[in-house]
Parts: sequence; structure tokens; C-alpha cells
Amino acid sequence: MKGYVIVDGIKTAINDAKNLLEVIRSAGIELPTFCYHSELSTFGACRMCIVEDDRGRIMTSCSTIPYDGMVVYTNTPRLRKYRRNILELLLANHDRDCTTCIKSSRCKLQELALTMGVRDVRFENITEKKPVDRSSPSIVRDPNKCIMCGECVRMCEEVQGVGAICIANRGASIEVVAAYGKPLAESNCVNCGQCRSVCPTGALTIKNDNKDVWDAINDPKKRVIVQIAPAVRVAIGEEFGEAPGTEVMGRLVAALRKMGVDEVYDTTIGADLTVTEETAEFIARVREGKNIPLFTSCCPGWMQFVKTKYPELLPNVSTCRSPMEMFGVVIKEYFKDADKEEDRQTVNVAIMPCTAKKAEAALPEFTTDAGRDVDFVLTTQELCMMIKESGIQFAELSEEAADMPFGLGSGAGVIFGVTGGVTESVIRQVSNAHSKETLRDIAFTPVRGMNGIRELSLEFEGQTLRVAIVNGLKNADMLIKKLKSGEVSYDFIEVMACTGGCIGGAGQPLPQTSEVREARAKGLYGADSVAQIKRSEENPTIETLYNGLLKGKEHILHVPGRH
Amino acid sequence: MATIDLTVVDDIIREHQSNKQNIIAILQDVQKVFRYLPEEALNHISVKLDMTPAKIYSIATFYENFSLKPKGKYIIRICDGTACHVKHSIPILNALKKKLELDDGKHTSSDMLFTLETVSCLGACGLAPVMMVNDTVHSKVTPEYAEQLIDKIRAEEA
Amino acid sequence: MKITSTKNLRNLKSQYSEALDSLEMRVLVCGGTGCVAGGSVKIYEKIRDLAKEAGVKVCVSLDVHECGGIGIHESACHGFCENGPIVIIKPQDWLYTKVTIDDCEDIVNETIIGKRPVERLFYTNVNGTFDKYHNIPFYEKQKRISLGNCGEADVNSLAEYIARDGYIALANALDNLSGDEICKIVTDAELRGRGGGGYPAGRKWTQVKRQPNFPKYVVCNGDEGDPGAFMDRSLLEGDPHRIIEGMIIAGIAVDAEFGYVYVRAEYPLAVERLKRAIEEAREAGILGDDILGSGKKFDLQVNQGAGAFVCGEGSALTASIEGERGMPRVKPPRTVEAGLFGKPTVLNNVETFANVPNIILNGADAFKSIGTEKSPGTKAFAVTGNVETTGLIEVPMGITMREIVFDICGGIKNGKKFKAVQIGGPSGGCLPEQYLDMPLDFDSLASVGAMIGSGGLVVLDEDTCMVEIARFFMNFTQNESCGKCIPCREGTKRMLEILERIVAGEGREGDIDLLLELGETISVTALCGLGKSAANPVLSTLKYFREEYEAHIRDKRCPAGVCKALAPITIDPEKCKGCSKCAKNCPVNAISGKIKEPFVIDENVCIKCGACVSSCPFGAIIGG
Repeated sequence: MKGYVIVDGIKTAINDAKNLLEVIRSAGIELPTFCYHSELSTFGACRMCIVEDDRGRIMTSCSTIPYDGMVVYTNTPRLRKYRRNILELLLANHDRDCTTCIKSSRCKLQELALTMGVRDVRFENITEKKPVDRSSPSIVRDPNKCIMCGECVRMCEEVQGVGAICIANRGASIEVVAAYGKPLAESNCVNCGQCRSVCPTGALTIKNDNKDVWDAINDPKKRVIVQIAPAVRVAIGEEFGEAPGTEVMGRLVAALRKMGVDEVYDTTIGADLTVTEETAEFIARVREGKNIPLFTSCCPGWMQFVKTKYPELLPNVSTCRSPMEMFGVVIKEYFKDADKEEDRQTVNVAIMPCTAKKAEAALPEFTTDAGRDVDFVLTTQELCMMIKESGIQFAELSEEAADMPFGLGSGAGVIFGVTGGVTESVIRQVSNAHSKETLRDIAFTPVRGMNGIRELSLEFEGQTLRVAIVNGLKNADMLIKKLKSGEVSYDFIEVMACTGGCIGGAGQPLPQTSEVREARAKGLYGADSVAQIKRSEENPTIETLYNGLLKGKEHILHVPGRH
Repeated sequence: MATIDLTVVDDIIREHQSNKQNIIAILQDVQKVFRYLPEEALNHISVKLDMTPAKIYSIATFYENFSLKPKGKYIIRICDGTACHVKHSIPILNALKKKLELDDGKHTSSDMLFTLETVSCLGACGLAPVMMVNDTVHSKVTPEYAEQLIDKIRAEEA
Repeated sequence: MKITSTKNLRNLKSQYSEALDSLEMRVLVCGGTGCVAGGSVKIYEKIRDLAKEAGVKVCVSLDVHECGGIGIHESACHGFCENGPIVIIKPQDWLYTKVTIDDCEDIVNETIIGKRPVERLFYTNVNGTFDKYHNIPFYEKQKRISLGNCGEADVNSLAEYIARDGYIALANALDNLSGDEICKIVTDAELRGRGGGGYPAGRKWTQVKRQPNFPKYVVCNGDEGDPGAFMDRSLLEGDPHRIIEGMIIAGIAVDAEFGYVYVRAEYPLAVERLKRAIEEAREAGILGDDILGSGKKFDLQVNQGAGAFVCGEGSALTASIEGERGMPRVKPPRTVEAGLFGKPTVLNNVETFANVPNIILNGADAFKSIGTEKSPGTKAFAVTGNVETTGLIEVPMGITMREIVFDICGGIKNGKKFKAVQIGGPSGGCLPEQYLDMPLDFDSLASVGAMIGSGGLVVLDEDTCMVEIARFFMNFTQNESCGKCIPCREGTKRMLEILERIVAGEGREGDIDLLLELGETISVTALCGLGKSAANPVLSTLKYFREEYEAHIRDKRCPAGVCKALAPITIDPEKCKGCSKCAKNCPVNAISGKIKEPFVIDENVCIKCGACVSSCPFGAIIGG
């Protein structure tokens, strides 16, 4: 639609906006909403985005199609009254323990109640307190704080295609639950955590493991090793006033040292190992013509999804551990002797953009008698809290380099954090690309970009290999259905559960818009372009590892029995 | 191990062309067979129709007629529509509650013979107050009549 | 029997008419839900069997080859349910009421064989005994058109439906009318939706006709959920072919080839009869791939509700047919553009479709000659509550409430005073005495904040507490709210909470204002039509009976004496020994009396603190 809407007297172009709300927001007016998310279907349940037209009619702008010549007001006395009433009704049922709520000062309900001037609630809270669901290793669900906006359910279903949670019952007893009202851990939840990244209140939050990590840091008997995933460094700055995409790895290392961890490493090393192993696996399978296509295995959300929904595809999934787990087992191996000598215990802490990594770390295949290969996973957000708790002024930190021998990763490892990154790194390896031109050529294929499903082909030993890159589990689900029906066929398929890949992980700072995700991706590609080493196998650390610690023990980088 | 006969569920799904759209009708038929919606049956439908268990659960809990707990052989629905309400339907409900030893949390009698429900209107307002026992409408009901009906059914079932 | 052409149908019609006329006498036993509940099925069987035993030539189902004799049939609901089971004798038009199994022998011997009435079964009221049913006041002012076959015809017979001009409108449409022409006739007739809003059906059809997307659907809303309404049930049970015919015509008009009838689960008989009728129509070639040999397609499916009032809302109903939770969705897109399965959809209620065959058959002008200018035609109402005769009626639009309540339904029961009529179910409002003479049509009702809704009329007498009625409806709405939008989910809950405390005698100063404020917020901001009208029963009773609310809140008194918690505290003179202990304990000196004689409480002074109740050693004080 072309034309203009008069928003509070200001002529505002419609510019093909899909609804009136978008037009109004483009006029610089931040209409309140709880249930509107531009990437999900319109629900129209919160009724906060109401506007009044020149005939006094009141409508929700999220569900109104704008037309040329439309006149609307966004801030009339009636609208203010209704919005306040709606908020008051919500607050009346809400568990108002705001001061101790983890979402305090980031809660949409709290923010709107403050800005809309709700100072008094005229109704008593008579709702019975429901138990908090802490069953999941990744997500805590507090039904007492749910306002039934349904964003989580739509995210889980529409974007992730998982459908672990639903809106059950009706009327005042309506609630968001997993099937049969069972705990989340007993559902088909893949722990991707995207539900929490759209939750406006404290109803869905990340399971917090800060205390355990603090305890480890404060225990002299524990050697606390931290690894930092690529996607973290381009997002964490947002919590400290930096623009999205700003690469702050150096300051992050400095902050962690100040907090008292023993060594700080870069998960990029793990990614380099993965590229090396997975490329070898891929080439072997192509030559053998067995278990093709090969699906990547680095994303724990995807792994859980395939395990529960398509177990028959497991033989097609790479046997490689994820970079975090590869690196975790290497670190444990590396310090094994030192631990014995010094009578200390190495504690692996991974800083991840991801909530599903918490679940991955707890899997039996990554646990030995000595404990977990990765002891604790902290999301970007949890680390932020720890930095703030320590009183560290992040902006004022000087950059520091990660510890050796595991502080140096390749550019290929860094771009693991964005959708297509794994594929690009594997292509670099497979095609033996060295020259700047070849690398640039690869980068210009659909391997980069944010589309949900991207395809490209690759020449290898006289064969044309078909590659698909998928992000968002709903897209993966669609692709698998097509694969099964024979509509498409591929040799290599990269799947990342979250939109945009790890940069859009649910452990990252909020809000996560497409602009934010693109800026973070740009940050990672920037880090790659300035990296001295571009290809994983050129990383000297990798060579050292294969010739030393891993010699004859390469199998520890794999999960046995996946096929 | 399946504790219920899933082939019955398969037949029902087939009768409805294995079509997701017909999920409500499928659930209705499943409930007719088992007198409630057993979790096993729902999980089975979920696999057959490629719907998540959560989705089926959300549908099943939306509609009043579905029950995830076993219901009695006789479903007694007391109409509490406007017409019946003004003609004293609540005393009937209370009398039956007492007779069947039910309370607000318990709707099915211990012998699994009766489930007591209220319904907003049976559309038989001219005969108020009414109640329905399975598909049979009883008109101008009194608490005594309702109690006798229970005795009669119990005697028949004994 | 396959009807292969419209010509074939017209021939059949005259043959069936002849067969019908050749019947010497007809005994029609009502088979509506009400009479069935009263045992009418057994009565029908007994009359039939006794007649056969007596050697009477009995015609059980109408056929072209078998004429003459006595027709003994099950008919649809007469609407006179309170006096059921009902038996009608034709051509004499005798109406027997409250027939029992013991009356069957007399009916056979006297009426069928002897051609004499069984007078003791005639309807009697204070004005006398009525032999012919048209003379009964209940029927006198009615104009039964869409209910025309109900009670007059064999409910199980496609043949009789055809004999009574059934499917002739469809034949006419197939023979002579284009889709646009059908839409135009319906538009010209100004047929307005009978399900509540009164939106012009012709306009809806024309909009769907114009949509370029296919397939298109025709959906019949039979999810009649308003407590106190059963018009649609009677139509579906009583004349299912009429609904089918109306829907096929709609399908032809808008180029839809498939339709759905959504019927509430609480109407098993309606579902059964409708399904049978669809099957019959399919076998006869009226539904299917080649309607009456025209080459046009249309077929129907019955979807049974599963117990959710909100599914009566259009978008919730389509969601339910699609196999989803019946939650209303935001509009646009509108149902006519993207309704069922996202396709253009004609969605009308049962009664609206029931009106269509007559409009096509007799023309728009004939339809408009009845009713008012802006609301032409007739409307079925279910009248219940405190009237002498409850039941189902069909009257011209524009009739007054007074005519319905006092002329047709015989006034208020037990000589009580009229207080209000609750119209339009939980979405409607309560209209007090001052509106008794207002014409009942869409616009007049809208102007006073009420609506026809689906047509439920609940008559309330002076003994009704309006606050309690408001609470009743709010409780209903609150139970039936789908829970999607905040104003309806949370707002109705809080309104109910306030109403509950008012009737419990715990109303607070400011509660009325809070109710008004919440009511306004819900009415303006709720997502769907049901939510927007959820507060109507409260708002309308507040408008017309505000003093009752005030009496509850301020004086802790229920003027109608309904609310138990507000009932005055009284002393039982039988038990009172006159010890004066209560008077001494009363903090406001409301109790007086002579020692050793029964004491009394002055209701106007009493504050219901209950101090007297606990102080009485004899348990003589009741209430509080």
C-alpha cells in the first residue's frame, strides 16, 4: 500500500507496511505491545496497541491495514484509560515480586506499568500460586508471571517448528504448558530457549548457573578454565553500551581474569578441530557414497530435534562432537597430569550464546567417571550479570589476549557463530582455498546471508556436491520433509536451530531483531577478515594437538555409536 | 507397552481420512470409545497425524466436552441455562452431588458409573429445568426425580 | 430414488402433493426434543401399532405409489413444548396436549376410527378450551414461515418436504437464475442475519461472489449457545432439508462447492436428523456432483461442536472446523475474504439459511411485505422464563414485546408483575417495562443498547433480582471466555468478582463505578464480538435498575428478596421466649419487644452484624 496515514497530525508514509502499527512506529511513536512480534504471526490479544481514528472508533493497530488518508490518534484520554485498565488487570494477577525478579528493569510489564502511570491496583490477587517449573536444564518457567501473550508458543511453533509448549485450557484458566501439563523436561523441548528471548516478563528465563561458577572460582582447589564461543564476543558489548556487532573479545578476556578465572581460551580452537574432523568425515562419506547427506552436529538444539523427531536420520548426522565439547575434552586431557600433580581439579566453563549448550553439557555421552567434559555452561547474559556483579567497568577495560596454548583460532573457526559459517569453513578446507580471490568467491556464494534455507554447489573430485544451509528449526523440518519425499537431495546440510545461527542464540542480550543479528554477523565476518589464519588446518595449535595430545586419540573428538 | 487398544484409534483416524482437520471429530470418537482421552491415544494420534502432543493437548483442553480423566458410563449434564437457572436447576445439581458423593474437584462417582457436569444450555428451555443423561433429555426435573433416576440406573447396572 | 432433473423434481412434487392430499387423516406426533423427553416416541409407536392392529390403513411414509389411508407421522417441534407431548390431527387441526401413553387407545378408537376428538386432551387455559390449534392465543399472532413445516409435516420425509414446495426454490435457481441474480434477490429482500448482528446476508453473499479466490465455502452456524435460545435446534431438528436447500442456493450463488454445518454437541437429535437428511439429499441427487442434473456441485459435512460457547463467533467457528482451538482471530481479513481455510466464506446462521428458499420461491417483495422496512421478514424467538406459556414462536419483525409476552405467551406466571425481558442472551441486555411497546427489530433494539441476538427472550418477573441476573450472565461469559484477549479474560473475571461480592452483601462504595469502567474497557477493547458484548448484561441492568445495585451495596438489601446473604434477619416467634438478650446485644437498637413475648427486628435499622444470632440461646434468630 502506498500513500500516507496522518498519525497524531504527522503525515506518515505507509511504504508497504504490513499493518498500521508498523506505520505508527515508523513515525517515531513507540506504541506499547505485549503480543506483537514482527517475525511472528499477529495474535491481537493484548489490546495495548489500540488507536483511535477521526470518527472515534478504536482499533488495534497491529491488526489494522493502513489506507491512504487514514487519520489516527495514538494518545487520547480514552486510549490512555483503556491501556491503564488493561495493565491494571494484568498486574492484578501477576506475581509482583519485582524487586527479586530476574527480569526486573527489563520486564515489559513493569516498564509499561511505570510509563503508563499505573500506580494502584484495585483488585486483589486471588490466583493460587503455581509451582515454578525448573525441570529443564536450560529454561525456568514461572507460570505466575505469564501474561498469556502467547509469543513463546508462536516462536516454538512458527519459527522453531518444535511445538513443545501450547496454550491450554480456556478463559481465566488459560495457561502456557507442555503437553499434558507435564514438566518441560518431559516434553519434546529442544532447549533452544527462543521462547525466553520473546517473553516480555519473567515467565521464561534462563536457568542460572552463576552460583556454581562463582563457587568454583572461589575454590583454590579448582582450576577454572573458561572458553568463549565466537558469537559471544560480538553481542555481549550490547549490555555495556556498545553497538551490536562490536567485537569485544579482548575486554572479555580481561574481565574474566579480573573475576579470577585461571585460564581464558577461545572456543574457536574447538571450531577449528571440528572443521578438520568434519571435513575428513565428509570427504570419506562422499568417496564411500555412504550416509549422504551429512548433517552437521555442532548445534545442540538441532541435535535434540533430530534425536526426538527424526531418529532415523541419526546415521546421517556427523559423529563430530560440537566445538565446545571437542575443546572441553581436549582441555580436560591437557590438564589431566597437572591436576594430579597439583592436586587440583580442572573445571571447564563455557561461555555460550546458547541455552541448549547447558543441556548438551549434561548429556551422558559427554560425561565420564571424572565428571562432565564441560562442567558449566554460562550464557552471554549470565556472564554479563557476573561482570556487573563484580563491579567491573567493562567500557574501561584494556584488551587482553587469551591464554596460550589455546588462545589462537582461525577466521574459519570464528565464523562458526553465524549461519553458513560451518559450511564456509568446510568449503575452505575441501576446496583447499588459499588465495584471497578464492576466499572472496566463496564468501559471495549464498553461504553468507540470513535466509532460512540457502543452497549452493561445490566441485569436488569431479563431482558436484549439493549443499544446503538451514537456520531456524522450522526450516530444517521443512527441508527434511522435502528430503524424505525426494523433492530435494543434498550431500551436506548445515543446520543451526536459531535464526541467524549462534549469534541469534537465546542466551544473547535482548532484544534480538533482524538488524541486531545482521550487525553481529558483520562483526564475526569482520573478525575473520582481519584474522591472520583463515583456514582451520593452518592453525598451528591444531597441528600441535594432532601431533601431540590427540595422537592416536582422535576418537575422543567423536561421539561413538551415532551410526 | 500399550495399555489400551490402539487399533481402535487407528480405525478412527482412518475413518476421518487421517486428516488433521478432523482432529476434533477424531477426539470425539476416541472419547466415545474410552469415555475419556487417554494420553496414550493422544500420543498415538500425534504420531499418525504429525501433530505435536502439545497441539493436541491444547485442542483437547479448549473444549468442555473433552476429558483427560476417565469419565463415568453415564454422563449427567444438568442444564444451568437462564431458563433452567430461574427454574431452580442448582438444587438438582446439589442433590446429585450429594447422592453421588461428589465435590467441586470430583465429578465422577467412585463406581465410575456417573459423571456429573453442568452445561450452559441444552436448548430445551420450554421444559426447564432439564438434564441430559448421555443423549436422553429429561424434562421438568426435580431433585427427587434425579435421585430416583440414579437409583434406577444403579439397579439396572447391578 | 435419484432425481435427475429439475423437471423430474417438479413432477415428483405434484405426485407427492397428490399422495398427501389423498390421506384421509393425519396424526402428527411431535418428535421435537421436548416432546421426545416426554415420551413421544413411544406414543407415536403405540398409536401406529394400535391403528394397524385395528385394521386401519396406515401410511407411515409418504410415497407416490401408496395413497390414501391414515398418515401417522412424527412431526417437528410445534414450539408449544410446555404442553407436550403434543399430537395434531389434520385436517381437523385438533391439537392434543400433554398426551400420555394411556391416551393412545382413545386417540386410535375415537379420533382415527371414530373421527371424533378426544376433548379432554384439548388445550385449556383460564379463557376456556381450544379445539383448533390456530385459535390458541399462542399461535394466533404467530407467522410461521421458516418454521412453516415444523409441526405440520412428517419430520423424516424428504417426500413431504418436496410435496410442500421443498427444493423447488433450488430448482428455480438452477433453471432460471445466475449467481449474481440470486445474490441480488437476497440483497433486495434485505434479509438480515438472524444470528445476532443483523448484517445483510445479500451483501455478504455478493462480497463472497466477487472474490477471485477458490475454493469458496458456505458455512452454517448452528452453534446456538445462548442460554435460553433454541430456535436453531428446532429448525435443524424439524426441517433439516430447508437448511440444506438454503445452503445449496448460497453455494450456487457464490460458486462454492462445499459447505459445513457446525452444530453444538448438545443437540444430538439435530445432528442425527441433519445427517440423515444430508444422506437422503445425496441419494436423491440433490447434493453431490450433479445437483438435480444441472452439472453443478455442492456437498455438505456436519461438524459437531465440542462444548465451547465462543465457537458461535464466526472466526472461532471456522477455527474449530479447521481443527484448531476455537479462538477468535483478529480481523481483517474478514470472513468473506479469508474465512474457512483462509478462503472466501459465506457464514450465516441456521435461521438465515432457512429463510432463503422462501425468498427465492416467492420473491424479495413477498418477503419484504412482512416485518418492518429495515428489518423485513419474520423472526423466531424462544420465549422462556416466568411466562404462562414458554416455547418457540415465529413472529413478524416489528412486533412488540408486549404482544409476545402478554398476547402470545399469556402474560406473567402466577399473576406476578412483569419486570424485564432479557433479550439476546449473554451478549444482550435487560429491557424494562418502558420498552414493552417498542417494536422488536434490529435497529430499535440497537438504539436502546440491546440486540435481538439469536432470539432468546427470557421473561423476568418482579421476584427476579437484576443484580443476580447480571451475575448469572457474567458467570456464564467468564466461564465461556476463550481467554485470548486480556480485557475479556481478566476483565470479566474482575466484574464477576465484584458482582459476587455485591450479591453476597459485601459490595463496596465505588463498585458501581468500577463495574462501569471495566464494562466500558471490555466493550471497546475486547477482540471479538462476544467479548465486546460480554459486559452488556451488567451495563444494561445498571442503566435500568441501578437502584437495585445501590440497595445491595448501601442498604445491604436485596429488593427482590433473592440474594440469601442479604435476606433480612428475623426472629421466629415460635421459638422466641422473649428473653431480650438479643435486644441487649444489638449495637444499633434495632430489636424491640416485651419480655416473655416474641421480639421483632426493625429491618430498616438492622445492619446485619449477626450479634443477635449468636446471642440467642434458643436459636430463634434466622439469617445473618
